[in-house]
Parts: sequence; structure tokens; C-alpha cells
Amino acid sequence: MTNKAGYLRNVYIIDGTRTPFLKARGEPGPFSASDLAVNAGRELLARLPFSPTEIGEVILGCVSPSDTEANIARIVALRLGCGKSVPAWTVQRNCASAMQALDSAALDIASGRHDIVLAGGTEAMSRAPLIWNQKATQWFAGLANARKPIDKLAKIAEFRFNFLNPIISILNGLTDPVVGISMRHTAENLAARFAITREEMDLFSLRSNERVAKAQAAGLFSEMIPMIGSNGKQYNYDDGVRPDTTIEKLKTLKPFFDKKFGQITPGNSSQITDGAALVVLASEEAVKRYNLPVMGRIVDCQWGALEPEQMGLGPVFAATPIIKRHQLTLDDIAYWEINEAFAAQVIACVRAWESEEFCQQELGLSKAFGKIDENRLNVDGGAVAMGHPVGASGARIVLHLLNVLKRNNAKTGMAAICIGGGQGGAMLIESL
Amino acid sequence: MEQTKNYEHWKIDQDPQGIVWVTFDRHDSKVNTLGKETLEELKSIVDQLPPTAKGVVFQSGKSSGFVAGADITEFENITSEKDALDFVTRAKSIFNAIEKLPITTVALINGFCLGGGYEFALACDYRIALDDPSVRIGLPEVKLGIIPGWGGTVRLPRLIGVLNAMNIILPGSAVDAYKAKKLGMVDDITRTEHLLKRAAVFYINTKPPKHQPSFFQKLLSHNLLRSFVASRLTQSVAKKAPREHYPAPYLVIENWQRDGAQSDDAMEHESKAISELFFHPSTASLVRAFLLQSYLKEQGKKLLTPIQHIHVIGAGTMGGDIASWCALIGYQVTLQDRTEEQIAPAIKRAYALYQKKLKQPRLIQAAMDRLMPDIKGHGVKQADVIIEAIFENLEVKNSLYKSLEQSMKSTAILATNTSSLPLEELSVGLKNPERLVGIHFFNPVSLMQLVEVVRGENTNDDTYNQALGFVTKIKRLPLPVKSSPGFLVNRILMPYLLEAIQLVDEGVAPVSIDKAATNFGMPMGPVELADTVGLDICLSVGEILSHHFSVHIPEILRTRINEKKLGRKTGQGFYQYRDGKPVVVPLYQNAEVPTNLTDRIILPLINEAVRCWREGIVSEEDFIDAGLIYGTGFAPFRGGPMRYIQTEGAENILQRLETLAKECGERFTPDAGWQKLIKNSTKTSKKISETTH
Repeated sequence: MTNKAGYLRNVYIIDGTRTPFLKARGEPGPFSASDLAVNAGRELLARLPFSPTEIGEVILGCVSPSDTEANIARIVALRLGCGKSVPAWTVQRNCASAMQALDSAALDIASGRHDIVLAGGTEAMSRAPLIWNQKATQWFAGLANARKPIDKLAKIAEFRFNFLNPIISILNGLTDPVVGISMRHTAENLAARFAITREEMDLFSLRSNERVAKAQAAGLFSEMIPMIGSNGKQYNYDDGVRPDTTIEKLKTLKPFFDKKFGQITPGNSSQITDGAALVVLASEEAVKRYNLPVMGRIVDCQWGALEPEQMGLGPVFAATPIIKRHQLTLDDIAYWEINEAFAAQVIACVRAWESEEFCQQELGLSKAFGKIDENRLNVDGGAVAMGHPVGASGARIVLHLLNVLKRNNAKTGMAAICIGGGQGGAMLIESL
Repeated sequence: MEQTKNYEHWKIDQDPQGIVWVTFDRHDSKVNTLGKETLEELKSIVDQLPPTAKGVVFQSGKSSGFVAGADITEFENITSEKDALDFVTRAKSIFNAIEKLPITTVALINGFCLGGGYEFALACDYRIALDDPSVRIGLPEVKLGIIPGWGGTVRLPRLIGVLNAMNIILPGSAVDAYKAKKLGMVDDITRTEHLLKRAAVFYINTKPPKHQPSFFQKLLSHNLLRSFVASRLTQSVAKKAPREHYPAPYLVIENWQRDGAQSDDAMEHESKAISELFFHPSTASLVRAFLLQSYLKEQGKKLLTPIQHIHVIGAGTMGGDIASWCALIGYQVTLQDRTEEQIAPAIKRAYALYQKKLKQPRLIQAAMDRLMPDIKGHGVKQADVIIEAIFENLEVKNSLYKSLEQSMKSTAILATNTSSLPLEELSVGLKNPERLVGIHFFNPVSLMQLVEVVRGENTNDDTYNQALGFVTKIKRLPLPVKSSPGFLVNRILMPYLLEAIQLVDEGVAPVSIDKAATNFGMPMGPVELADTVGLDICLSVGEILSHHFSVHIPEILRTRINEKKLGRKTGQGFYQYRDGKPVVVPLYQNAEVPTNLTDRIILPLINEAVRCWREGIVSEEDFIDAGLIYGTGFAPFRGGPMRYIQTEGAENILQRLETLAKECGERFTPDAGWQKLIKNSTKTSKKISETTH
């Protein structure tokens, strides 16, 4: 069967798990990126009827694996007992790396290359390394090249204490290297463009925290597998959420991009967080052969791009072509997950689709797409409350959206995510 | 390569460079050991080396290792000191001939290189080892009551210095390749077999300087310092092994002190010492204890289905530690309990264990990955062995087994770690009660080698053999026992512990009691052991046994428990503990031993052993000794309770028991088995060697 996206074969979502999302607390977290993926993956594979060695490919998103985790997907595959014969590769599309992994996996299944693919993403942002600055690196190189003792001594004398000032790699990672502005700055741009007030952002954040807390209490994050650290400490829930936060508290937070005039605060931005999310995708053949449970299917996927300064609107530019291709109306999509990099950015996406002018000029639609009902968008909260491990979020929102659809006996959902550098990704899924 | 003469156990090849490669591959065994036959062949190889030989490389044709040591089964042919001296001298002359060869000799070490095997390697100019976790290099002879007798006590101190050498020889240690390189026991290590061979060629071609001990180590061997060093070494040995029972290490030190590991006299004195030691009463018992270990391992040879996955239910102390041990060995393990909270402490202990045992972060991570917390019990359907280690409740276990039976693999076995519930009652309600078997571990799992494998009335051969095989696979010693309260070890141990507590009740100082036991050769006194096990556990085991046998439970045990003094875990029991250690330790060594005290604590144990023998709790007498040595640390030089009876004379002990029964009460009344034992005494002197072959 060929569907509208051109998939030659159906791509089924079989099952998925994720770790608790653990907020970075100013020091390296308890788990490395591969530890996180292994914790999510071994439970997932344990409950499925095929052997890990029967997987066709492992594809993982990860923005910055540690220096000992090059091609982290292969490391995770081997640690999960997939054995020497299962190939694995790592993908990097910044904040959408895990969604890219799902897309690549879906294409592998659709094309008939593989019948079962383990895909998803992982990120240990708390373990982002400190890097020697350029001067220090040059000094080390000079010292290593100095042959005679006298040269070495001369080189040692050149040492300056400011060599010890490290570069915090995560700050660089969150800065656009082409236009040179931070991700928060892009959110400020959108706030200005769509006249989003600080209060609107803070209210959005408050609701996100409330929704996550409520979902936690109701046990709605059933895809989450608790972890136990090697010190015996338990990690049973997404620990970045602030269930007791109030609008008053959020109001008091200082903006961190522009302390005097800005609006983007830690309270209305996603957190620096560690986590992993994994999904098993399979073909119809595999479903029959192993009698696999089927949660749903991936219908379509799309990538879009725009000015890096406006990167938060990425979801709009990615999802709209899918909407057009499948001739969807607002009512056709039962639930939405738009990853909450910033409260302002999600609000901007909603406003963009609401605006006739924007839809006509930027998206080539004849009229406004319409206003997404807030009761159908991020119904269990999002990254503003639970954090955004950049390599993993794309898989988390797809997996959770599917759970939301099933819980509400709904069929179609759209997951979308903005990508640093000025891109967006969107995935249309169906529950089965 | 050109092949020369044919030998049974050795292969000789000469390569185009003129290097002779001598490969040891015992044709009648999976493991290379040196005995009369293999040594004679080696002698003729050394005598007939081709004149064109540029160098000789000794290597193993077995993946299990280079040489695991002397062939211990041949020890029984040594019936006199002269036999022993002849055997030792002959082997020594062969090694001396290797040492004196004018061409370069290299030993390539993989796997086990122990005892006589390492002494063989020591006779070579160079030793190169594979850097692999399977490699163990050392001289464990002292553990058998003897000493390295083929030049090891002379050549090792000469090679690496006295302190380093004594650290290997005196405790009978073995080290890994890395440590061996660091100490100088081997000249080099390489990561692959291919590089090992290249290394041999390199050493023969370049002949680098041979290893020398450090200046400091050499200094310690100077005539002026030797007696001082020797006295310090003797002191440290005396703390661990009394000379009366373990004379071997003392003789090593004395010989070194006299000869300084240099002269021919040193070699001669070594031969003389080992020949004497062969006939020390401890030696036969220690050698037998060693052979019993292999005998227990043999019980696990009938594994039917390969084992890959172990599922453990119950993450308490026992369940958690069983799971972490299995993952350490290399199995996939799922550990199930109701919530993460129950499992978390087990994961923490596992990590600590792996850090200690595996050291390398890569290996620790792999072991941690293999140990998966499994709240939902996904592992049940994948497991080859399911071990239940939940709290002792018949109804709960019955209903758990029923649900497990529905989803477990048809080839999987269901094992219970129960210590008190009969298998026959536990299997009620199962469709296939023949799949249930008892696998009873001891605490702490990582230290206690013995595991009782319990056969219920319904357990079938396949299940039982699979269980025995599983225990062997996880590098523990399976002891086949009948399903009977307390099985073997706890049942025999309890009367000993309870009598010790009774003595405390009567006012005897715990230190005196414990000293009597440690003097006897127990690794820890019974009062301290009771504290360590936990007084509540002692009471509960005692009470369970009391439903079936007459068990005397001293009042003071209940009193202590009521006072919440449960032993080491609460900081106070019969001793007070600070940082996990009894604070009264200084008294430990000075306490007076009242007459008869040893008999009062040891004989209840011996009497119970005879009762178990009569009841057929185990199928062979040897199993009682093996069970007590490896399950409780029963003085190994005494060879176990049954061996002790043999040494002391059954009638003699019977008399002592009768006296105690008169003086102290009926609990000492000799079991009916004693009469049978005395009648059978000719049969019971059967040697272990007859049963192992």
C-alpha cells in the first residue's frame, strides 16, 4: 500500500519507553547519554517478543554525545544486547535529532530495507563538557611541540591563568553559529513579532507545569520507566516540574537574555535536562511474524526551514506542508504536541496559524488555518515544565502524543518541534 | 614449520628462524597439569632439542591456560617421604635443565599458570603473559598444606625480591596479568595471542636484560637483614594461620632466612620441606578439600539446556545478591520486586560488588547493564532459570508459582531459595511440580561458595541436573541435598551455634567460646557468627528446626532479641560493634579456654552430622565434609566433620558425647548413627579419589 507520503509500506509504531527527564543541577548528572538510552531500551526490548538481535537497525538522535560516546547509537545497541550484527548510526538535527531518527527509521521500514528498527534519542545535557579555550589549546600544542628543555621552559613561562577559563560548551550549543544570537534571543524576536506579553508566556508556563504535575499524579506518563542509579538512588519522575509554582512566582523571575527589557525567563523557557526516549517501529511483516502489539503508525513526516532568527516558528513551516498534502482541516487533527522550547515560541506558532495574513504570505494557504484549541495542544504539559533533552524530545512528543490519542480514543495527531538554526520538523501519526 | 618427534602430550615445531615451539596439550584432559608422564616427556624434549635451535618457546595448546599446576590426583601415589623427595627432585632436575639451556627460553602464558605451572615458567629466561581477565598467575601450594617444591620458593624471591615473592607464596595467591607484570612475575604482557607469539620471537632475537628485583628488595635479602625480615614475615603469618595446623608458610620463611634463595642448598631444603609436608596431617585434608571442590563441580556436568537469562523474584538481601552475582558472571538478569524502592538497595550493592571485583569501568558498566530491574516481570517469559527469593509464606509462594508456570518457557526451571518451606508443599497446585527445585544460597552470596541444591519428592532428573548445572555455571559449588528441614548446612550448624549461646547463658565469656572455636580452626567463633547472621535469623531457623527435631533454644537468645539486640546489624548482640567490628577484640586472643569447652561446642555439630548421614540427607559422606567446609568454613585442615571423626576415632568421640550427655543434658545424646558408623568404619575410610574417578 502506498500512502500519501509515498511510503511503500506501512510504518507501525509498536511500543516505546522513555527515562524520567532529569533536570541538570549545575553538575554532571547521574547517567551518561548512553546510560539513559540503555535504561529506556532494555525495558522496551524485554517486553517485546523478538530478540534484540533481530532488530534491523538502531538509529539514535544525540546532539552532543560525550567524547567516549562517538556513534552513540552503536554503543547503545551493543549495550542493549543487540549483538555484533545489528548496525547502528547516530543522527544530529539539533533539537529534532530524535524525530529525525524516527523519520530515518520510518523510511527504512517503508522502503523494505528493514522490518524492525529501534529509534529515538538521548541526551545528557548536564554532562556537556567544559572545553579548553583557544589560547590554552594553542599553548598545550606549543608545549607538546617544544623539543629542547629550554624551549619547554620558555613555553611553560608563557602560561597565563586565563587559560584555565573554560568554554561552557552547552552555551555555545545554544547559540546560533551563523547569526550569532542565542536561542532565547530568537524567542524574544517571536514575542515581539506576535505581540506576546510576558504575562501570556508566564501563564502558558504555569499551565504547562500544572498539566505535567496533574498527569504525573494521574499516572499518565505510562511510557516512562523509572531508573535506579548505581548509588541506589531512585529516579521515578520528571524532576524539573514545579507543581507549586504560581503566576506571582513566575513574574518575579529575571529575564536572562536581556535583563532589563527582555521577557524570556528561566520560568517560561524549557530546562537543560537529561533524558532518553526510544520507539520500536516495524513493518506489517514483522507485526505478523512476531505477533507484535501495534500502537499506531507514522503517516507522514516533513522538515521545513526558515530564518535562524525565527527558529521557534519551525513547527509551522514543517507541519503546514503535511496539512496541505493530506488536505487536513483543524478538526482533522485531534491532538497536537508542539515541543515547548519556549512558551513564546509555541504561542507564536498558534498565532501564526491563526493569522490570515501569515498563512497567506508565509505559508501559501488561502486563508487562516485556524486557532488550535489549547485543550488539544500539549494536554499533559511540555518541555517548559519537564525539560528538553535536545536529542530525545522529538521521540518523546511522538510517543506521548500516541498515548494521548489512545487514551482519548482519537485517531490523528501532529507532533512538531522547532530546531535551532532555523528549522522545524513535524510528524503526522495515527493511533490504531 | 618442521615437526620433529611425536609425543603424547607435547607438540614440537621448529620454525624457519630456528625457534623451537613446544606446545603442551595434555591429550587426556581439558586442563594441562604436570604429572610423572608429562614431565618425563618434557625431559626428553629438553634433552633432545635440535642443535640448530635458536631459542625455545613453551606454550599451551589449551584455551583454559598454560599449566594449572601439578597433577594433584597423582599425590596419592606418594606413600613415603622418599617417594615424595624422588618425585620433587626429578621434576626439579628437569626445570634446572631448562634453566641451564644455553639458548633463550620463553614461556607464553595464557589462562591459568599456577603452582608447578608457574614454577615451570620460572625456569625459563622470560615469561610473557596474555593480558586477559582469564589469566591467573601464582603459587597456591600453601593452600594445599604444601609449598612450591619445584624451585618456586627459590626462583621467585630471586626474580622479584623477597617481600613481593612472599606476598604470593605465603597466602598462596594468584594475580592477574597486569599485576604479574607490575611485580615482575612476567616480563611483558600483550593483548592478543598473535602479539604473544611475536613477543616471544622478539625476546629470543633481542635477549633484553632479565628482570631484577628492586634495590630495596635486594637489600632486604642481605645477610644482615634477613633474620629481621623473616621474623616480621613470621609474625604476619602467625596472625592468620597457626603453625600447628599450617606449617607450610613457616617453612618457606625459614628456608629463605637460611639460604637467601641463592644457593643449591636452597633448592635442596625446599625439596626436603615439601617432602615432609606431604605427610603432615593437615595436608591430606587440605588436598582432599581441594578435590572435593572439583567433585562438587562435577555434579553440575549434566546441564541440558544452555542458560542465558536468569530471572530473580524478590530483591531482598538474598534475591538481590543472587541476581547481582549472576550478572557478574555474565548472565542476563532481571530482578523483580513490587516497586523500585525494594530493588534500589540491591542495585547499589551490585555496583559496590562490581567495583570491587571488576575494577575496570567498562566491565562494571556491562555488568550493570546485564542486571535489569523488572517491576513488571518481563523476564519471566525469557528466563531459563527463575529463582524465587521472596519472604517465607506458603500461600503467597503457591500463588506466585502458579502464575509463573503459565508464562515461563517450557525448558525453564523454577527454583526456590527457601530455607524453611518444604518443596512438596510449595509445588502443590503446579501443573508440573517436577520443575520445582530448591537452590539454597548462603549469605553473603559473593563469598559463600556453596549452594545447596534441594531435590523435592517431585523434582525430576532433568530439572535437578539443570539446577546443579546452573550452580556450577555461576561458579558456585552445588551440594546435592534431600528436601528436609534445614537441609544439610544450617541443620548441622545450628546445634553448634545454639550450644555456644547456651554457654553464654551459663556465664561463659563469648570471647572464650569463640577462641575455643577459632583454635579448633573455625574461621569465626560461633558467638560472633550468630551475631553476624543475626540473632533473629538464628532464632527463626532454630524454631523451624524445632518443629521437626529436638532443638534446645537458650533463653538468652530470646532475651537479646526482645532487647532489640539482633547482632552486628543493630550494633549489638552478644558483642558490641563499632564500625561493623566487635569492640572486645583485644580480649579475643587472651581469653582462657575452660577444659571441655571445645567439645561442648564442636561435638553437637559432629553429632548432628552423623544424624544427617544416617538419615541420608546427602547421598555421600564426602558431601557432608564438602558442605561444611565450603558452606561454613569448617576447619579445612581437619577435612570436615566426617573426616574429623575418622581422625579422632568414632568410638572415642562417642564416649566424649556420652560423658557430655551425662554432664550437660540429653541434647548431647549420641545419635543412633554412631553405632552404624563404627560398624562401617572399614568402608568409610574409602578415599575421595575413588569417588572422583
